[in-house]
Amino acid sequence: MTPGAVRPSADRLGRLLNLVPYLLARPGIEVAQAAGDLGVTERQLREDLELLWVCGLPGYGPGDLIDMAFDGDRVTITYDAGIDRPLRLTPDEALALVVALRMLAETPGMANRDAIERALAKIEHAAGDLAGAPVAVRMPGSDDRLATLRGAVERGRALRITYYAQTRDQTTQRVIDPIRLLMVEGRAYVEAWCRRAEAVRLFRADRIDALAELDEPANPPPSAELHDLRDGVFNPGAELPLITLRVGRGGRWITEYYPCEDVRPDPREPDEWIVTLRVTDLAWAQRFVLGLGPDATAVSPPELVERVRDAATAALDAYAAPVTETL
Amino acid sequence: MRTNTASVLGVSRTRTERLVNLVICLLSTRRFLTAAQIAATVPGYEHDPEDPKDHEAFQRKFERDKSELRELGVPLETGSASVFDTEPGYRIARRDYALPDIPLAPDEAAAVGIAGRLWQHAGLAAAASSGLAKLRAAGVDVDPQATLGVEPIVRVDPTFAPLTAAARDRRTVAFDYRVPEQDGPTSRRLQPWGVVCWRGRWYVVGHDLDRAAPRCFRLSRVVGAVRLTGRPGAYEPPRDLDLISYVARFSGPIERTGRTTVLVRKGRAAGLRRWAQETVPGPEVDRVVLRYADVDFIATQLVNYGPDVRVVEPPEVRDAVIQRLKETAARHESPVLA
Repeated sequence: MTPGAVRPSADRLGRLLNLVPYLLARPGIEVAQAAGDLGVTERQLREDLELLWVCGLPGYGPGDLIDMAFDGDRVTITYDAGIDRPLRLTPDEALALVVALRMLAETPGMANRDAIERALAKIEHAAGDLAGAPVAVRMPGSDDRLATLRGAVERGRALRITYYAQTRDQTTQRVIDPIRLLMVEGRAYVEAWCRRAEAVRLFRADRIDALAELDEPANPPPSAELHDLRDGVFNPGAELPLITLRVGRGGRWITEYYPCEDVRPDPREPDEWIVTLRVTDLAWAQRFVLGLGPDATAVSPPELVERVRDAATAALDAYAAPVTETL
Repeated sequence: MRTNTASVLGVSRTRTERLVNLVICLLSTRRFLTAAQIAATVPGYEHDPEDPKDHEAFQRKFERDKSELRELGVPLETGSASVFDTEPGYRIARRDYALPDIPLAPDEAAAVGIAGRLWQHAGLAAAASSGLAKLRAAGVDVDPQATLGVEPIVRVDPTFAPLTAAARDRRTVAFDYRVPEQDGPTSRRLQPWGVVCWRGRWYVVGHDLDRAAPRCFRLSRVVGAVRLTGRPGAYEPPRDLDLISYVARFSGPIERTGRTTVLVRKGRAAGLRRWAQETVPGPEVDRVVLRYADVDFIATQLVNYGPDVRVVEPPEVRDAVIQRLKETAARHESPVLA
């Protein structure tokens, strides 16, 4: 069964079967709090309670029906008609929780790993046969570096970092106000307000070359908006320049590593692919094409073709001259 | 008065109400109840068994209700009420229905809450939140604000759910698989053993029926839908299976035994300088020493920087860089049309 494929009526049935044991475990809970907890509106919750109130054991007499007592805005289940426990986990629910806990346990630099592992053992026990989820997770990374970063983020201090910005090929000093530490696609990032860029930026942990905690609190402006990471870390906006490359078989891997706007085989030479992608700037694109070497040719824009040609020619000219300490 | 509205008046009832009563009824019985007995007991199934049309409508309704319960994961048992009964009977065993007690300490509950939120961007989000709802119903208090310092963002490929389910059910699958180095997708048949997340990428590992050998496939390279082609329980994965070992090939730490000396223009090639073994500053250029493991790999790194970096020694690195520069210069000699 695909997750989320349950019918709406089954959805509501599942919610109702959960509601009785939920309330049973919390006598006298406020209706508003229960609704918030369960992710429904207060009105929806009251409708659910009304429906449950007319359900019960065969006989359906006063002593057979689910009963509850209201005290102002508080509710207490006084008779549960036998649905005093939630339904066991479905295979997909067990899978979702077990795999997520394994993932947390594997995340480098994680606090309280011991609690994660204890929780995993208990959920696996409760899931019984379903716990043997055929899913394994491994996330390599430097535990120490991340623990240091986590400590800094948790203490809530601004940080002065030495950061290597790969797209500009520059190592810079900047002061950042950390917001959170993330793992995305196997890599760790600090999401922070960058006082230099005056924007929220993602800093890759392995490119932070040095770090010092400052004596002032981290204070990102209220307007700071977190990144939407649904589609990964690099979401090239339409304002970024488009480049087109012709890549040989050995360079096709770039289509898996960079989000591409268009990929198609060259009709004249099917071995070669015409790849169009957005880049942060042409200086990066120039280094990218030079690094791909015999596996790529810049096609457009003309400025990129020129830059690549000029860089390669200038470098070759230097090699033709005798070695001096001047390049 | 509610008794009247519930059962006596027989007003039109919601389907959900009927289903809740059905679950309560079947949980409360130790004997198997036949469809006729259920119809006579549970409100909402009232009909005239003598009227073929009416009876048929009841049977359809009851079938739909049973499948809805099973869809939700309610363990509906089927058996005979007695040796004299030819009609199948139904009941729900409490021990199969109820979630076992999960005594989670507050820090464990916090971890489970965070785990449930991991799927916010990914395919198992609905299953995770309904799973969490059940834990809450079991009395576990899950703090929605808790954090563990590092927040993993999980993304899975669309084929994650079907492949994991196939591995769990031990069912053979078929799919089209595209590797960039090849020109088109190839059709593969696999007995999946499990799914692996390695360095943020997802893979399926199993016995490849065409290659007659264990293989792993990257989920992002699967084209289109995964087709289930076999029956459940059709094979057994190897004993002591270590899924990760099929995906991660450890070659040990890389030995950087090579040493290259390069001249780097002032203020340029910051990416190289980060790995410098030593840097001797000069007036216009700095002399930088780097360690490397593989000539081709270091040449790729150095050639990035064009005229900002010049290799002094050794000759094999210098030659590899020059060779690459020549090829790049030649490929960009005349304007290329798209």
